[in-house]
Amino acid sequence: MDLNTVVDIAASTIRVSTPLLFAALAGLYSERSGIFDISLEGKMLIAAFASAALAATSGSAVLGLLAGILAAVVFSLIHGLASITYRGNQIVSGVAINFVAAGLTMILGQAWFSQGGRTPTLFGASRFAPIHLPFADAVRDVPVLGPIYSGVISGQSILVYLAFLTVPFTWWVLFRTRFGLRLRAVGENPAAVDTAGISVTWLRYRAVIICGVLTGFAGTYLSVAQAAGFTRDMTAGRGYIALAALIFANWKPVPVMFACLLFGFLDAASFRMQSVELPLIGPIPGQAIQALPYVLTVILLAGFVGRATPPKAGGVPYVKER
Amino acid sequence: MGMAEPAIELIGIDKRFGAVRANRDISLTVEKGTIHGIIGENGAGKSTLMSIIYGFYQADSGEIRVGGNRVEITDPNAAIAAGIGMVHQHFMLVDNFTVVENVMLGAEQSGLLNSGIARVRSELKRLEREHALDVDPDALIEDLPVGLQQRVEILKALYRGADILILDEPTGVLTPAEADHLFNVLRQLREEGKTIILITHKLREVMAITDHVSVMRQGEMVATRKTSETSVAELAELMVGRRVLLTVEKGEAKPAETRLTVDNLTVKDSRGVTMVNDVSLQLRAGEIVGIAGVAGNGQSQLLEAITGIRRAVSGRITLNGEALDPTKPGDPREMRRRGMAHVPEDRHHMGLVLPFEQNENAILGYQDDKAFAKGPLLDLDAMRADAREKIAAYDIRPADCRLKTANFSGGNQQKIVLAREMERDPDVLIIGQPTRGVDVGAIEFIHKRIVAMRDAGKAILVVSVELDEIRALSDRILVMFAGRIVGERGPDASEGELGLLMAGIDEREAAE
Repeated sequence: MDLNTVVDIAASTIRVSTPLLFAALAGLYSERSGIFDISLEGKMLIAAFASAALAATSGSAVLGLLAGILAAVVFSLIHGLASITYRGNQIVSGVAINFVAAGLTMILGQAWFSQGGRTPTLFGASRFAPIHLPFADAVRDVPVLGPIYSGVISGQSILVYLAFLTVPFTWWVLFRTRFGLRLRAVGENPAAVDTAGISVTWLRYRAVIICGVLTGFAGTYLSVAQAAGFTRDMTAGRGYIALAALIFANWKPVPVMFACLLFGFLDAASFRMQSVELPLIGPIPGQAIQALPYVLTVILLAGFVGRATPPKAGGVPYVKER
Repeated sequence: MGMAEPAIELIGIDKRFGAVRANRDISLTVEKGTIHGIIGENGAGKSTLMSIIYGFYQADSGEIRVGGNRVEITDPNAAIAAGIGMVHQHFMLVDNFTVVENVMLGAEQSGLLNSGIARVRSELKRLEREHALDVDPDALIEDLPVGLQQRVEILKALYRGADILILDEPTGVLTPAEADHLFNVLRQLREEGKTIILITHKLREVMAITDHVSVMRQGEMVATRKTSETSVAELAELMVGRRVLLTVEKGEAKPAETRLTVDNLTVKDSRGVTMVNDVSLQLRAGEIVGIAGVAGNGQSQLLEAITGIRRAVSGRITLNGEALDPTKPGDPREMRRRGMAHVPEDRHHMGLVLPFEQNENAILGYQDDKAFAKGPLLDLDAMRADAREKIAAYDIRPADCRLKTANFSGGNQQKIVLAREMERDPDVLIIGQPTRGVDVGAIEFIHKRIVAMRDAGKAILVVSVELDEIRALSDRILVMFAGRIVGERGPDASEGELGLLMAGIDEREAAE
C-alpha cells in the first residue's frame, strides 16, 4: 500500500468516525446518568432530516445545525419524559423513538419536498465545507508528515474538529467538574445523590438534553457536511454502532474515541477490501467487515476480552424507597 | 423530660401512605448532647419518621423544631442545612467512587472539583484525629469492608456539619467488635455536644448506649423512658403491647441417628472466590444446629450447596444414608424428594413469587405433587383447601388464600414459606434467617414451631446473623468465619465468646 492510499483511508476513517463519535459521546452522557439510550439512531435521523431541511430552505448550514439540535433535543426530552418522569421502560421508549423518527422523516420529507423522501441537494453556504488549515498546501511535499497534515488533518469540516475536541472536554466535565461527579454518581446510585440533597430528576434531564444536543451534531454532520442533503434512513445503523462503541469503550470518553476510530476504520476499509482476494476464501464480502463492530462488541459483552461494566443504575427508573 | 435544651422536637407528626397510616400524631423531644434510642417492631413507623426528619418524605401535618426554631424540612438539603445528618441502613454510597468523592458528593463547594477535594482531604484528616474515624481517603468504596463503609457514611454527615446524627439500624451488618467501636465513636460525639438518634430493634444495644429511649408501635409513639429507669422486659412489652418470651422454652435435645453429613465441602461464588472452605458438619435427628456468623462469611453459599442450588467445587454430602455428589449440577427437587426441606434466606429472592396468590406460593416447589393435580391441570380447589389449612395452622393474616403474596407483611410471608416446607414433614429442615424482617410476635411463633419440629425428631440446620436467635434456638452452635467453621460451642456459650469467634478470634486458642 502506498502512502496515498494510507492517507486516503485515514482521511475517510476520520470522516466516518465523526458521526459515530458525536453519537457515542451523546450516549455516554445519557447512560452515565443511568438512562439507557437505544434511540441514538432515531435522534440522529431526525436531526439529519431537520438540519438538511432548514439548511435547504434557509441556505444556511448553521441554521440547519440549530434545527438539527432542536429536533434531537425534542426527541431526547420525549425519551426523558418516558423514562425519568413516567419511569417507563427505557428500551421500549428508545425503540419507539427510532420508529417514529424513521416514519416521520419519510412522511415530512415527501410532504415538504416531494423528492421521494430526500431533501433538496445542498451547496455553497448551506453545507459545512472543508476547512483548509494554514500551511496545508505549503507542507504538502514534506515527506510523510506533509501528506498526513494536508490530507488527513486539514481539509475536514468544522464539525469534525468539534467532535474530536468534545472528547477531552467530556473527560474534563466528567472527572473534573461538580456536574460530572454528580452525573457519574446518579448512574451508579441515584439514592446516594437524592440523600445528598441533589435532584435526581433534574440531573438526568440535563444529561438527556446534552445527549440530544450531541446527536443533533451527529445527524447534522451526516446530511449537511458529509453528504449534501438528507436521504431516507441515511443513518443506516450508525446509532447502534455508536452504542456498540460506547459499550466497547466501557463508557469512558477517551476509549470511546478510539473505539469510534476503530469502527470507522473498519467501515472505511470495507470499501477498499472488497476487491482484495484472500487465498482459499476468495473476495471478502464488505458486509463481513461491516459486521465486525457488532461481533467485537458481542465478544466484549460476553466477557471474552476484558469486561464491560455498565453504570449500575442504568435502565432502572429511580423510585424513592419507602 | 427535664430541663435540658432540646436539639430537635417533633410535634404532632402524621403521615399516610395510601390507606396505611405510618405515623400517627407523633411527638418527641430529643435533648441536646444525648443518645436517644428509638425502638419498635418492623413496620412500627420508625424509618418513616426518620425519613420525615431527613426530608425524604414530607409529613401530612405536624411540625419540626430544631434548636427551638420551627423548620420546614422539604428535602434532604433543608435537613442538612438544619444540621441533621443521617446514616442510612442501606448505605447511600457510590461503590466505584473513592471515599473523598463520596464525602464530597452534594457538598462540592464549587463547580470545579479541585478546591473541594483539597478541603475534603484536610477535613477527613481532622475528623480522623478527633474521632478515631480513620479510613483511606483514596480507597474505593467497593474495596472497603462494611464497617468502614459505615464510617464513610458517618464522615459524610460530619463533613456536612451535622449536629444531629440519625443512625438507622447501624449494627445489623457489624461484628460485635465493630459495633463496640461504633458505640465508642458515638459516645465521643455525644461528649462534644452532638445529638444522636439511634434506631434499632436490638434492645441490648439500647440498654448499653442510650440515655433515653422511645418506643414506637403501629405508627404511634407509645412511651419515652430514661434508659437507666427501664428494663429490657419493659421495653419488649411496650414494643409488642404484651409480654413476650425473649428466650425459647425448650427441653433437652435427644439427638438420634445422623441424617445429614457434609464432608470437606468447598464452594466458590460466581466470581470464582472461595466462599466455603473445606466445611464438614453433621446433623442428627432431634437436634437444632445453628450456624452463627456475620453476613457474607459463606453461610449463603453453604446453604445453597447443601440444598442443591449451587454446585460445589469439592466435597461430599450424605443425606439419609445416601451419598450425593455436590460437585454435579445440583437439583433442589431431588433433594426435596430425598426428604430435605429448605426455607431460603431471602424469601423475596428465592422463597416466594410475590405477584402470585398465597395458595400458589403455598405449593411452590411441590406443584408436581399428585395431591394438587387434576390430570395435566392444577387442582385449584385442592390447592386452596390446602392453603386454608396452613393459614389456620400458622395463623397467617389476613386469612385469604387468594390474596397476592406481596400484600402480606414480612412476618406472614415468612410463615407462608415455613408452613409450606414444614408441613411436608421432611427429615432434614434447612432454614436460612428464620426471622429476618419478622416482627417480635411472629418470631416467637416461628421459634416455637422450629423447636416443635426438633422434638418431633427432625434434623434442623439454622443459619442466622442474629446471634440472639442462634443462642436461643440451637443445641449446638457452629461459628462460620471467612468460609470456614472456626468453632463449635454449646448453647450456653456467651455472646462475647461467640462474638470473638465471629470476628475470627478463638479465645481458647489464643489462651493456649
